[in-house]
Amino acid sequence: MHKLRFLAALAAAKLSIIALKITRHNGTNFPGVLALRICPDFIKHIGKPKKIIAVSGTNGKTTTCNMILDALAMDGKEVVNNRMGSNINSGIATSLIQNATITGRCRLDMGVFEVDERSALRIFPYLRPDYMLITNLSRDSIMRNGHPEYIQGILTKYIPRKTKLILNADDLICSGVSPENERVYFGIEKMPGDKNVCDNLIQDFQICPECRHKLEYEYVRYSHIGRAYCPHCGFRAPDYDYAGCGVDLDAMTIQVREDGHHGETATYRLLNDSVYNIYNVVSAVALFRELGYSREKIQEFFAKMNIVGTRYDIREVKDKKIHMMLAKDKNAFAGSRVFEYIAQTPGIKEIIIMNSCQDDAVHWSENICWLYDCDFEFLNNDSIKNIVVCGPRVKDYRYRLLLAGVPDEKISYTDKEIDSPDQLKYLENDNIFVLYGTDSITLGYKVAERIERSIK
Amino acid sequence: MKIEILFPEICNLYGELFNMELIRKSCSGAEFIETNLNDEPLFASEEPDLIYMGTMSEKAQEMVIEKLSQYKKRITELISSGAHFLITGNALEVFGRKIADKDGTVVKGLDIFPFTTERDMMNRFNSLYLGEFISDADTGHTMKIAGFKSQFTHSYWNDEASPAPLFHTLRGPGLNPDIKEEGIRVNNFMATYVIGPLLILNPPFARYILAECGAPECDVVFSDAAMDAYSARIAEYSDESTGFYY
Repeated sequence: MHKLRFLAALAAAKLSIIALKITRHNGTNFPGVLALRICPDFIKHIGKPKKIIAVSGTNGKTTTCNMILDALAMDGKEVVNNRMGSNINSGIATSLIQNATITGRCRLDMGVFEVDERSALRIFPYLRPDYMLITNLSRDSIMRNGHPEYIQGILTKYIPRKTKLILNADDLICSGVSPENERVYFGIEKMPGDKNVCDNLIQDFQICPECRHKLEYEYVRYSHIGRAYCPHCGFRAPDYDYAGCGVDLDAMTIQVREDGHHGETATYRLLNDSVYNIYNVVSAVALFRELGYSREKIQEFFAKMNIVGTRYDIREVKDKKIHMMLAKDKNAFAGSRVFEYIAQTPGIKEIIIMNSCQDDAVHWSENICWLYDCDFEFLNNDSIKNIVVCGPRVKDYRYRLLLAGVPDEKISYTDKEIDSPDQLKYLENDNIFVLYGTDSITLGYKVAERIERSIK
Repeated sequence: MKIEILFPEICNLYGELFNMELIRKSCSGAEFIETNLNDEPLFASEEPDLIYMGTMSEKAQEMVIEKLSQYKKRITELISSGAHFLITGNALEVFGRKIADKDGTVVKGLDIFPFTTERDMMNRFNSLYLGEFISDADTGHTMKIAGFKSQFTHSYWNDEASPAPLFHTLRGPGLNPDIKEEGIRVNNFMATYVIGPLLILNPPFARYILAECGAPECDVVFSDAAMDAYSARIAEYSDESTGFYY
């Protein structure tokens, strides 16, 4: 009976793929949604690749997954993946359906799946990764993810016991996932610009798990990301198996020392100078080394790779630069990283903040408490000359910016995002940052096009 | 004005510490004492003008209950004598009889108030909130309260008579979806599930707290901008076409 239901679900899903192609609706999760509706444990029955890699974490999982897929493509590998779909169970089911024969056998030997942390309970009972890379665990949407300790608990409960973990040792929430599982740790040694005391609003791992005294840091980058220790009882963060070191932002390179391989070191190209993207590179190097790739091969991968444009893009128009940046809506941790990056970027700047959640504005009203977890204080900076806030939560943004110390005369307003370029001052040698959320990427690009036209 | 913030190193979710940051920015003379888990609370030896505790994780709730259990008698005395408490989010649950998880786990609370919290970690409850606060019982003066709820729990009064609510709900749930009474108000003990941060979203209520706690001369910082956002939110939440549940 189970088998019949599975085959019916597979046949219906396969037919839906044909229908979607005819109607030019590729890239949706509908086949997976349909299959799971007919057969709720569809992922259990469908053929899976022999080797499975899962990538999860609060931030950086899409970027890291894309890096891994790009590298594997350079290596000539065709892999099952959910790059074009969603990272929940329906997206993963869709990718498996697309690569399955009519009897449900998987055509490919390898799979790389981005997995939403919260969806682990619907995926891992049926799909057992050989390797799972977790980039970091931090605060995300309060409505969905609650708090990172909750997400750590979900992952620990559902990650299969035999999955080998690749974890961030500089993140004590991440490094504490599934303590029984085999694991390796990556991290980045002390870098210029590191601090000893966290000055971010979000500080999610402040007390020692052994004695509850306050933790201290050999170095901290942001929030709880850094090398923590307890001066009271001697507790320390795990040692690195893959240690990022010697970051050179002029040459855009990083070395990764492999303490599990006699301390041998190789240099890799960085794709972006933000700390969180440097972590993504080190994590991907660790994964490829665990998969058995040579250092030389991994160096080749990174030499040819780029970060996908929807996450970060830059356009130069006359004397101005338009920086397009994803600042995930309702994600204070990610927003803080973007604000810090902008503050540290040389030159004068204007910012359009247009990452109010568009979907929420349609269905109810956005829960804005994340604004008070997010370090808007970074925007209180002399080099930032004008901040344009727009969209449905414009008054909330204004109040938050004022509380962050940004003078009212530096704040401009407009209700509609598309009108925001009218509020720019277009200063000489201006860096204009357009910050859009996950559901306003297209709108962000329309705004950027309007800015381009205004400059020309 | 002396304010004690209880356990900010673990009771700091959802921007809640900005309730206190607002007071800090609004009232330059306010003195803040941050009590950590391994410290002796200030309230054990004196009566601060305000004792604040905000939202925390489920593990943190257990640590806080363990810590505060040593001071249960003192907390009860302070509530009876009219000391000011502001307790937001799931910090409220610490003061109840127990937290019963759907998985069978039961965490004993301080048992200062006769309610039970029911927890279901697989279902998060999200809603907007619109209610009223009676700021002057003699005149019946009320102010509107807006905010959010985002939690794995609801709380239910046991058989005994329940204390007065902090807020009377106009839209959204009370302490649980079956009742319209939200929060707890006993003398000057004020506890609510409503987050926002509460004082940020509700400048009239922030002014009430400032005045009650001995700083009536202080107004909310950037008062015009705060009221502008508040008025817009009250109008939006009062509009029946605004969806209330996520």
